[in-house]
Amino acid sequence: MTELICIGCPKGCHLKVDEENGYKVTGNSCPVGAEYGANELRNPTRVLTSTVRIVGGLHDCLPVRTNKPIPKPLLLEAMAQLRNIEVKSPVRMGDVIIENLLGTGADVIATRNM
Amino acid sequence: MYDVIIIGGGPAGLASAKACLDKGLEKVLIVERDKELGGILNQCIHNGFGLHMFKEELTGPEFAGRFIDMLRDTKVEVMLDTMVLSIEDDHTVHVINTVNGYQCLKAKSIILAMGCRERTRGAIAIPGTRAAGVFTAGTAQRYMNIDGYMVGKRVVILGSGDIGLIMARRMTLEGAKVLACVEINPYSGGLARNIKQCLEDFNIPLYLSHTITDIRGENRVEGVTVSKVDGHFQPIKGTEMYFDCDTVLLSVGLIPENELSKAANIRIDPRTRGPVVYENMETSAEGIFACGNVVHVHDLADNVALEAKKAGESAAEYVSGLRRADKKVVEIKTLPGVGYTVPQHVRVPLDNKFVEVFFRVNRVFGNSVILVKDEKDNVISQFKREFIVPGSMEKIIIPKVMLEKAEGNLTVSVKED
Ligand SMILES: Cc1cc2nc3c(=O)[nH]c(=O)nc-3n(C[C@H](O)[C@H](O)[C@H](O)COP(=O)(O)OP(=O)(O)OC[C@H]3O[C@@H](n4cnc5c(N)ncnc54)[C@H](O)[C@@H]3O)c2cc1C
Ligand code: SF4
Repeated sequence: MTELICIGCPKGCHLKVDEENGYKVTGNSCPVGAEYGANELRNPTRVLTSTVRIVGGLHDCLPVRTNKPIPKPLLLEAMAQLRNIEVKSPVRMGDVIIENLLGTGADVIATRNM
Repeated sequence: MYDVIIIGGGPAGLASAKACLDKGLEKVLIVERDKELGGILNQCIHNGFGLHMFKEELTGPEFAGRFIDMLRDTKVEVMLDTMVLSIEDDHTVHVINTVNGYQCLKAKSIILAMGCRERTRGAIAIPGTRAAGVFTAGTAQRYMNIDGYMVGKRVVILGSGDIGLIMARRMTLEGAKVLACVEINPYSGGLARNIKQCLEDFNIPLYLSHTITDIRGENRVEGVTVSKVDGHFQPIKGTEMYFDCDTVLLSVGLIPENELSKAANIRIDPRTRGPVVYENMETSAEGIFACGNVVHVHDLADNVALEAKKAGESAAEYVSGLRRADKKVVEIKTLPGVGYTVPQHVRVPLDNKFVEVFFRVNRVFGNSVILVKDEKDNVISQFKREFIVPGSMEKIIIPKVMLEKAEGNLTVSVKED
């Protein structure tokens, strides 16, 4: 049995995950917690949020995120990819900045217009 | 003459403008001192916003973007790069900008949505040299996320508020080494999910009941001493740890930005440091409403937007001639353990079927009951909770029928089972 805090929403439910029993989750207040608890012990994933350089915009940085969670061990490698990116204004919220990041199937998208 | 002038273009200002628009007001103006709308959300590039409102996990800029889009091509006017200097009882708003200079604008109603600012090193008096490299976490966040400057390589974070936790992760991802997060209280000030995903994910130690007792360095910070504290927050000799670092981030709390409100003689609650408000978000000045972090510090932008909707709707009612000033006022008082409530005052009989009361506790409670009592010690409402922590705002809903039975003022208290 492993105890975890759910990161699915600000409520932060205290979860118990039973590894010996098909990763059954208790203590969750909603289905998101059940999925998070079961994944977290086998293949933890996170949405990555960061910035990339932009030229010709109001600021020098454009905020971006992955459009779905990616495996946690890939976060630093993904950051290294973002460091090499430079985009040109104008960019629209939701525009794809990197397709299929590190083969994860997740795209990096812009999170604002600039 | 404007119907409503809204001061501040963060989520509170934006959501209140949307509510005014939905209530049919024609002349609504948002005045924002920054070059763009969105407020603090522009620098909060992490996700975690909007789960309640939009049923999606959005980043700060996306959350702000949703509201900005709703106001686009509507009658709501926006003045950017414009600072509000003062407001008056007759709802005159004095503003200044580089294009039109100084202007006096008139409105039937005003909404205060100026947000808050961070407590600084001065406010908590940390000993040591005045070397460069000490930033408030929010300032560092702005430098990194908007301007693209990395603020340091080896970092110690003082305070475990959400901004500090978010910055611990942000700086780690950008290649810095975050050595420790140091919290003077025996509990964290941030959300549990942020402790997990910002500290534990990156093996950053959290030292509870500890504080920085010395900052060393000539020009730039070279290191800090951290000590354990006793029950009275006094450092305990012999517990010192030394961290070799070039940067200290302060995440030691936010203070509502109320210079304008104070200058206008609006009554301020010393506990929240924001205006005292009624259930409809009206301040002690008739026709002046307030919402968002200017009233009390919120942890969720969703709650800011909901409170702002209430303020916007109330301002619209005021503009259309509804007056509440001659109603009876019930005060909501707090007993030890409860830090404050918003609203602080309720006007009865209520216009709605219930009143929502928000509050924060000032210590950790396990299994407990929240009790609302009247002056005769009758229980008006009670609510069970598994745990209540200072880091999350609590909400209770008192039905109108129960409120009408109450004799005199109310108290809110928390009793542990
Ligand atoms: C770093 C950080 C991280 C957060 N993380 C989360 C999270 O993960 N999830 C979540 O839901 N919430 C989060 N929050 C909380 C949420 O973002 C805030 O509670 C919310 O943005 C407050 O909105 P506001 O409109 O009251 O204030 P603000 O966003 O601060 O807006 C106030 C605006 O008023 C303007 N202003 C002030 N004075 C004047 C003046 N005199 N004249 C003209 N304009 C003026 C300011 O320039 C500013 O734009 C976070 C907050 C911070 C600071
Ligand atoms: S289980 Fe559901 S309600 Fe509880 S923290 Fe996770 S997402 Fe939120």
